[in-house]
Amino acid sequence: MDIDAVFHTNHSGIVTTNPLLDQLPSYQSLLYRRKVATDGSKRRGSARSRLSSSSSLKRDASTFSRQDKQKVQTLQRPARELPKTMEEKRAHKKQMDAAHQLSSWGQWSQNTRRCLKRLKDEARASMKSMQLWRGDIHLIEGRFGTGIQSYFFFLRFLVMLNFIIFLLMFSFVMLPIIVAPHASGNSTYSQSNDSVCAVYPSSTRRGLVLFREQLTDMLSGEGFLEQTYLFYGYYTVDRIHFAYIIYNLPLAYLLATIGYLIVSLIWIVKRSATGFKDNMVQDEDRFQSFCNKIFAGWDFCITNKNAAGLKKKSLSYELKTDLEEERMKQKKADRTRRERCRIYLIRVILNVFVVGVLCGCFYSIYAATSYSQQAQMSTVKGNSFMDLLIEYLPSIVITMANFITPLLFAIIINYEDYSPAFEIRFTLMRCVFMRLASIGVLLFSLWSRITTCNDKTCICGYNHQQYSCWETRVGQEMYKLAIFDFLIIAAVALFIEFPRKLLVDYCNCGLVKWWGYQEFAIPQNVLEIVYGQTICWIGTFYSPLLPAICTIKYIFIFYIKKVSLMKNCRPATRPFRASSSNFFFLGVLLIGLSLASVPVVFSIAQINSSKACGPFVNYTTSWEALTSTVSQLPSGIRGLLYILSSEVVAVSLFVITCLGMFYVIALAGAHKRVINQLREQLAMEVRDKHFLMAKAQSLSGAKPPHFKSKSRSRSGGSPSYHTSFTSNFSEAVSLVHPPPHSSSHV
Amino acid sequence: MGNKQTTFTEEQLEAYQDCTYFTRKEILRLHSRYRELAPHLVPLDYTNSPDIRVPLTLIVTMPELKENPFRDRIVETFSEDGLGNLSFNDFVDMFSALCETSPRELKTIYAFKIYDFNRDNFICKEDLKKTLNKLTKGDLTSEEVALVCDKAIEEADLDGDSKLSFADFENMISKAPDFLSNFHIRI
Repeated sequence: MDIDAVFHTNHSGIVTTNPLLDQLPSYQSLLYRRKVATDGSKRRGSARSRLSSSSSLKRDASTFSRQDKQKVQTLQRPARELPKTMEEKRAHKKQMDAAHQLSSWGQWSQNTRRCLKRLKDEARASMKSMQLWRGDIHLIEGRFGTGIQSYFFFLRFLVMLNFIIFLLMFSFVMLPIIVAPHASGNSTYSQSNDSVCAVYPSSTRRGLVLFREQLTDMLSGEGFLEQTYLFYGYYTVDRIHFAYIIYNLPLAYLLATIGYLIVSLIWIVKRSATGFKDNMVQDEDRFQSFCNKIFAGWDFCITNKNAAGLKKKSLSYELKTDLEEERMKQKKADRTRRERCRIYLIRVILNVFVVGVLCGCFYSIYAATSYSQQAQMSTVKGNSFMDLLIEYLPSIVITMANFITPLLFAIIINYEDYSPAFEIRFTLMRCVFMRLASIGVLLFSLWSRITTCNDKTCICGYNHQQYSCWETRVGQEMYKLAIFDFLIIAAVALFIEFPRKLLVDYCNCGLVKWWGYQEFAIPQNVLEIVYGQTICWIGTFYSPLLPAICTIKYIFIFYIKKVSLMKNCRPATRPFRASSSNFFFLGVLLIGLSLASVPVVFSIAQINSSKACGPFVNYTTSWEALTSTVSQLPSGIRGLLYILSSEVVAVSLFVITCLGMFYVIALAGAHKRVINQLREQLAMEVRDKHFLMAKAQSLSGAKPPHFKSKSRSRSGGSPSYHTSFTSNFSEAVSLVHPPPHSSSHV
Repeated sequence: MGNKQTTFTEEQLEAYQDCTYFTRKEILRLHSRYRELAPHLVPLDYTNSPDIRVPLTLIVTMPELKENPFRDRIVETFSEDGLGNLSFNDFVDMFSALCETSPRELKTIYAFKIYDFNRDNFICKEDLKKTLNKLTKGDLTSEEVALVCDKAIEEADLDGDSKLSFADFENMISKAPDFLSNFHIRI
């Protein structure tokens, strides 16, 4: 019997077989699946001779061709994919080359192919080394494992995303304006005839401006910043006439906005799809949490002793949690009706309480925004710190709400009596909802102020007295949110985590030691940066330089978090697995993107653009820039576009998508049923096999094997193939082979 | 690329590049790492393929393996004599099979061999217990260990013999989402 690398001998190197077992076609195919084909090393030569002598019984017509086909398949696999020792792989390669004794053309093509492959490998290696922050992330991986490393990968992804968005806006909106004078382009500016709505009081400070005032302006986005590329209001160019083309800037602005939303969507979906492919999570109801933790749980990249100890603890914790979940399931099944009612009542009360808390937070954000906007309108531009505080009031309230509510949720969830995994997920969902909805409330309050005027209907379509350039105002709010977010992250790292570490290190009282270092809680950190990214997505339409600001902000956050992690933090006791985390991050990001696109699309399509500033002065709404361009296209294309955007096409597309979805769901259900059936069949087949073997042995007169009986309901008390048989078959007809020359890989 | 290295012949380097997932530079770096473990034992010149083996006790002092609970089993799996003494070929093999670019099938085969403590081509309950003890180092009570092992076998065993054959193991690993991201060593 040929020795296969996987199905190998025991310690002494003796292969003991049973001729009956060896004749089974399934065993034959399993053996040949990984065997290297015929010629080769001495070892295999001797093995082959053994094979030919004993194989006369085994070769029969049906298995022959199948074995040959599998042999040929193994032959064609590249050497490095085989689980063999180096010499065997070299021999295999030589033999592969020998078998393909090609003409000089064939040799040349093979050589070029090899060179190309080599080049591809080198290129891939050099691309990898050029990746941003690779060394830093490698260091983090070694000390903290792949869970936290995935957070930093996510941060790096956001930096690149923001940079690409900035490039998009810059090259289509800002670059033509900047280049126009140098490329002999004639810019025409948009002017509105409507005198009432076009009044735009300048907000730049006059006279001698103190540095302190300039700093205040920088932080609040007002003053001199309003007249820069930073905000929407500055872009007043209507058309740029270059040598051969007329560049329609409003259209470019609109399309760049839609473009960056679509680019973000495609990139996120593509990234989550590649991760999904690797994971191959198929069977949901038999999700193998225990096996996954035991066999794939240890992170082989850990090189740090503390990290290894922590990983062991976290694995034990995970296993204990899983066992407890099993117990909970059991308990849940045993619950009486009365207990169930009580639990449901408690849950309803607590959920109502949570909804009440959320409403309270939202109302306070709404009130803060209204008050802040009111205060900014009424007072003269002041210089005091108080005014800055009032401007930042919405951001402060949002941050405080987002700080308190997770703590509250964590306490409440303990009383709701869910399983541990569901607890984590539910708390996280609540926090995500809170974070993203707070931005929504802020925007809603802004919208209500912008679209309600003193009289019943607004003359210009918006509140032109208070918001003569409302897009710039919205951009300023987003700018303030982004800046404040960054300041808070830096401040927490500097003023809370660092002193905490010093306290724990130098103060010896028990309470402080119990409090311990700051835990690097991945979900909260991820929510923070998703919140920042949502602000960036919303704000880019109103403030085209915001992506650049966010890119720089995230770069700084990377270094702050890295230093804070290394010096101040310890990894969380509740581990966050890399595989599920990728999905979680991108899922939350997608929710943020969908939330961000709602206000942007709504304001483009519904709210009248300001008549006093910006590129859309000549249009009613921003969307009109596109519709007016389309109406100027030739009639054929115009007709086609009208048909595509009509309701008929939309409804039929929707119906087709629904049908496709139902089909795929039905297919998945059918596959699941087939898998279950096959599984039962497999277990039954094995029992049949053992029964038949026992019968065959008893008929041939040898002693029947000793079956270990099991108490499990599923198995029929079946021992393993080789080991138990060998122990009981000393006198049976078995071929005992001499030990091989050198035992290969075990 | 015209390097002035005298450790290997060009033919040897080509063979290594074809049989592993490493580039030329990485193979030379691996050789220097290998030599670092036992400088008096390992010669600088490998052109005539000397038959040197570095013992297990030295190999597990490498920083990449030092903290790994399965370090002994990994080294034993890739050694020819089964006792953990690695020649340079085995050394390169080991890191190639465990590197990031190595395919899932190869990693599955070697993972099975590593976790099969008694080398009987099945992961039986004893193997599982040993694996679990190495992973958790006394944090779980023996009752919990037995319970976890039972549950694991129940999850993965398809053919009902209450131990995991390679087919069971392979099927289970294909559904384990963490395997590819966790089962690699970076060198």
